[in-house]
Amino acid sequence: MSALSLSNVHVTIDGAHILKGVDLQVERGEWVNVIGPNGAGKTTLLRAISGAVPADGSIDIDDGAAPTRGTLGRKVAIVPQSPTIPPGVTVTDYVLLGRTPHRGPFAGDSPHDLDIASDALRRLDLVGFATRTVASLSGGERQRVVLARALVQEADLLLLDEPTTALDLGHQQDVLELVDGLRRNAGLTIVATLHDLTLAGRYGERIVLLDGGEVVANGVPSDVLTEATISEHFGATVRVLDDGEGPVILPTVRR
Amino acid sequence: MTTESVGNVEVLTASRLTLRWLAAGVMSLLVAAILGLTVGPANIDAIDALQELLNDLPGVNVESGLTRSHSAIVTEIRFPRVVLGALVGGLLAITGGAYQGAFRNPLADPFLLGVAAGAGLGATLAIAGSFGDGAGYFDATPVAAFVGALLAVAMAWTAGHLGGKSTVSLVLSGVAVASFLTACQTYVLQRNNDVIREVYSWILGRLATSGWDEVTLILPYFTLTCFVILRYRRALDVLAVGDEEAASLGVSPTRVRAIVVLAASLGAAAAVSVAGLIGFVGIIVPHAVRLVVGVSNRIVLPLSVLFGAAFVVLADLAARTLITPAELPIGVVTAFFGAPFFVLVLRTSRREIW
Repeated sequence: MSALSLSNVHVTIDGAHILKGVDLQVERGEWVNVIGPNGAGKTTLLRAISGAVPADGSIDIDDGAAPTRGTLGRKVAIVPQSPTIPPGVTVTDYVLLGRTPHRGPFAGDSPHDLDIASDALRRLDLVGFATRTVASLSGGERQRVVLARALVQEADLLLLDEPTTALDLGHQQDVLELVDGLRRNAGLTIVATLHDLTLAGRYGERIVLLDGGEVVANGVPSDVLTEATISEHFGATVRVLDDGEGPVILPTVRR
Repeated sequence: MTTESVGNVEVLTASRLTLRWLAAGVMSLLVAAILGLTVGPANIDAIDALQELLNDLPGVNVESGLTRSHSAIVTEIRFPRVVLGALVGGLLAITGGAYQGAFRNPLADPFLLGVAAGAGLGATLAIAGSFGDGAGYFDATPVAAFVGALLAVAMAWTAGHLGGKSTVSLVLSGVAVASFLTACQTYVLQRNNDVIREVYSWILGRLATSGWDEVTLILPYFTLTCFVILRYRRALDVLAVGDEEAASLGVSPTRVRAIVVLAASLGAAAAVSVAGLIGFVGIIVPHAVRLVVGVSNRIVLPLSVLFGAAFVVLADLAARTLITPAELPIGVVTAFFGAPFFVLVLRTSRREIW
């Protein structure tokens, strides 16, 4: 069963042809990491799936046709790379915004909405922050709050755009392990963009390499993360080791 | 995680308008109204004034003990003026709050976006063209002010988006539009020297009433504007996370913004057309509510109506009593107290918006 199916997806923004015929199948419960050099179209790909930018071609979610704006938020939740944090808004209010696709913009928060929000806060260890403002939290705490907002959407497909940016190594692991746990417990499907290639190889089953708006490699980490592929598409000189858990990408000094 | 913290989450509460704050808003409006009815050159006892008003209700007959002239002062002069002040203040405050939410800009208010300048030009044209009085049944000034306000929003919006979609460019384009329209207005005034005094007193704002005419004029706009804006209060909270994220939550930012701004412009134009340019209410009141009660539009918008109404009724009281027997223009009073507050808001919110 396909959770996400992209066929010949093209996106043009301000005259720039950013995605050039992307095909991608993601199975239900799968975790796919999208990697690629700067400007390859990784973020645009996630925005196209979440309906934020208009795309040509077909994007089918959950084996159905492309959802309308009203229902999209129940099928896809996105954690943006740099979410807008409105000043003064409490963690509770911010997380409850994620219930909007279920209750519409005019209805109030039902007890059911509050239950789901408190469940998300509990799962992400945010209970103690419920009454704090989001803006007052640290980067790692904020990342969890934004993740909580996405979770209460109860969408089966979760898109993560650079979820580890601006986090230290420990928090990077925390967030990715958290996502992995949620995937296993709640049966979510994950599509994430990641800059750190080693991390991309550690979490999730499959890696899709995007370059120049096209999928140039698609497979298990050990097949995609090779010295030749990385050199060709990232213009980087690396050595790829294997420590038993997956490929380890080491930059080498060019003299 | 401990079991206690799991237990804590049971009391998760979303921001909402509490009964306590609603009661505070209603009480402050009532107190302001009673002061507005009783304080003045003719000092009238509060109980007597209330009895006099009760007397006007069908089927109620209580003896207020007021003389005929005092009774007329209460029912025919002060009461319509207090009601008009409340409607205008409530409208200015809620439209200011709505603009701030719709544009995600804490400094947005009808004046900064050129709405009032547009309404001012429209009203000036109407007064200069004598459509204001001679037409008998139909007073064109509010209509002209309304059209001018909408044109100003359209111009500021278009110009702001041409220069990029940031709130900064929007404020700048609002300043440009306001300057442009003010220049047009000045030109019209130069060509029509005879109406300068009338237009000038309109610009400074006044709540002088002729019976209930102004109240009946503004009431439909007040009702419609408040209804639409309050209906969209949650949508405005969603808009706070930015257009793209709001869209991913199923809310169309352009649609919400268009509807709210249209409704707010309608209300602001109506308020300005009957009361002139009363400044700072749209900034002071919503920000004071945010500072004290919280930032959610579910709280800010309804409380702004109540506190805005109370503020303008009190400002009008000051305007007509501070230099008796003359009257200060109410715009002078609101700006005198509003300007220092505005600077404070500017200082505290600058870090968050730019």
